[in-house]
Amino acid sequence: MRPRQVALHAALTLGGLAMLFPFAWMLLTSFKGVRQMLNNPLDWLPDPWRWENYPDALAAVPFGTAYWNSFYIAALNVALTLLTSAMAAYAFARIRFRGSGVLFVVFLATQMVPAQVTIVPLYLMLAEFGWIDSHLSLILPAVANPFAVFLLRQFIRAVPVELEEAARMDGAGRWRCFWSIVLPNIRPGLGALGIIAFLASWNSFLFPLIFLNSPELHTVPLLLSQFSGQRSAVDYGLILAASAIAVVPTLIAFLIGQRRIINSMAASGLGGR
Amino acid sequence: MAVLTRPRLRPRVTRPAGGVRTHDGWWAVFFLTPQLAALAVFLIIPLGFAVVLAFMRWDGLGAKEWAGLDNFAAQLSDPDFGQAVWNTVKLALLTVPFGLALALLVAIALNSVRGSGFYRVLYFMPVVTSSVAVALMWQVILAGDEYGVLNTSLERWFGLTAPDWLGDPGWVIVAIAVVTIWSSLGLNVVIFLAGLQTIPPQIVEAARVDGASGLRIFRSVTLPMLSPTIFFSTVVAVISSFQAFDQIYVLVNPEHNEGARTIVYQVYELGFRDFQFGMSSAAALILLVLTLLVTLVQFAAQKRLVHYDS
Repeated sequence: MRPRQVALHAALTLGGLAMLFPFAWMLLTSFKGVRQMLNNPLDWLPDPWRWENYPDALAAVPFGTAYWNSFYIAALNVALTLLTSAMAAYAFARIRFRGSGVLFVVFLATQMVPAQVTIVPLYLMLAEFGWIDSHLSLILPAVANPFAVFLLRQFIRAVPVELEEAARMDGAGRWRCFWSIVLPNIRPGLGALGIIAFLASWNSFLFPLIFLNSPELHTVPLLLSQFSGQRSAVDYGLILAASAIAVVPTLIAFLIGQRRIINSMAASGLGGR
Repeated sequence: MAVLTRPRLRPRVTRPAGGVRTHDGWWAVFFLTPQLAALAVFLIIPLGFAVVLAFMRWDGLGAKEWAGLDNFAAQLSDPDFGQAVWNTVKLALLTVPFGLALALLVAIALNSVRGSGFYRVLYFMPVVTSSVAVALMWQVILAGDEYGVLNTSLERWFGLTAPDWLGDPGWVIVAIAVVTIWSSLGLNVVIFLAGLQTIPPQIVEAARVDGASGLRIFRSVTLPMLSPTIFFSTVVAVISSFQAFDQIYVLVNPEHNEGARTIVYQVYELGFRDFQFGMSSAAALILLVLTLLVTLVQFAAQKRLVHYDS
């Protein structure tokens, strides 16, 4: 290898270690006891290894329930977002109707409004509907997703019009064209959007913080934050065991699907937030 | 979610399929209704309601009272809000230039080595990690007490006394900026990497044949060709730093450290701790106006700095 390549690899490895360090420190600290944290805070390895931190953290708060809540909310979000935004994207890409251009601009403009601006009125409205302290407050508002419509519209425009025209000749209706011709042809777009929507829902914090009260309704990030808030800093081993329980499954999912996840987020140009 | 159009996804003009059918209008209604209804109920109506609330005095229980511009005046003269605006701006000034410059460096390095897949995974890990967990990991590193890895190492190995990053109001934004840069680096890297890969290698090769140095190629080829991507990332980064909440709330509850108060925290506290819905909405609208202003300025600057090939 040329020296330039060696230098680049060295720099990238150093940077990579900096990216990895917080994760490594979290995992190692999650096995440490209070005494070691106090006496030798710089020890890399736990001594002794306190495996009990994990069962203790699991017993302290209902992690299993939180996992299930996070999972089913995210899955419903993905399904609803994909279906409704693909439908709207199809209308914008393929149906000629009056006001189409203006309506699309309105769609795009709503993307600019930060969620924080509407959060108070949204809370008041959801309270009116009786959805506060219910998962409905996390599932239905997340369906409104102008970005998803925009992204899928781009994908639909890339599908050759002739495919659909041929189907129409054979007597297929609009719905049939959408469902059997367009949707299968934009699978990569749906996959990318699905991943983004899943991560956004799974990691969401502000909305659950405001909309949920009952501990049995908590999602993983909310439960984690409450758990650490209840403890003093002395319990770092336990707090980080809880963090590891929250993080490790998503990291494993990421490592399995990493190529897809990275590509889809790069292609759409935004993160889960 | 505030997002903007990526330059690569600029709409092209195509003809809609089969615009000859007569009942198309009803099909459009059918396909659009679910999204339109959700958008109207959960975004547009609340936005209108937010504007009305900003001019009201209301604690959620009693009657709504017309307050005119009082809420805005109260916010603009409130030292807490002033602090929040200043902290928000400071956070953007720290995270956007440094975060993007670092991402550009990493992307260029990744683009010039073989087998970059492994690094991409490493740098991307924090992007998929819950912001709450990210904040908790960094708490153990940045803590000012005897648990903080960073300060204990600095003291033990170099005899340095470092500030209490999360406790000192003067330093806390710096600490938040470091965590933010760390957690969003991977996303900016892959976006820049995608942009770099669209630069035709022949152009770089031609410049090299003409005797251009590496730095010259970067300045005269890479940077201009990447400028649409850089512009897009800058706008997104500014907007998302203006909206930062999760990590700040968990890392340092601004309730205990004024230095970490941001506009979004102000909106949260006024609305959901003090139940001053009018005040909270006023603060939120000021955030919206500020976001729009900065975005407009960026779009104006884009006309001069961004190079689109035609």
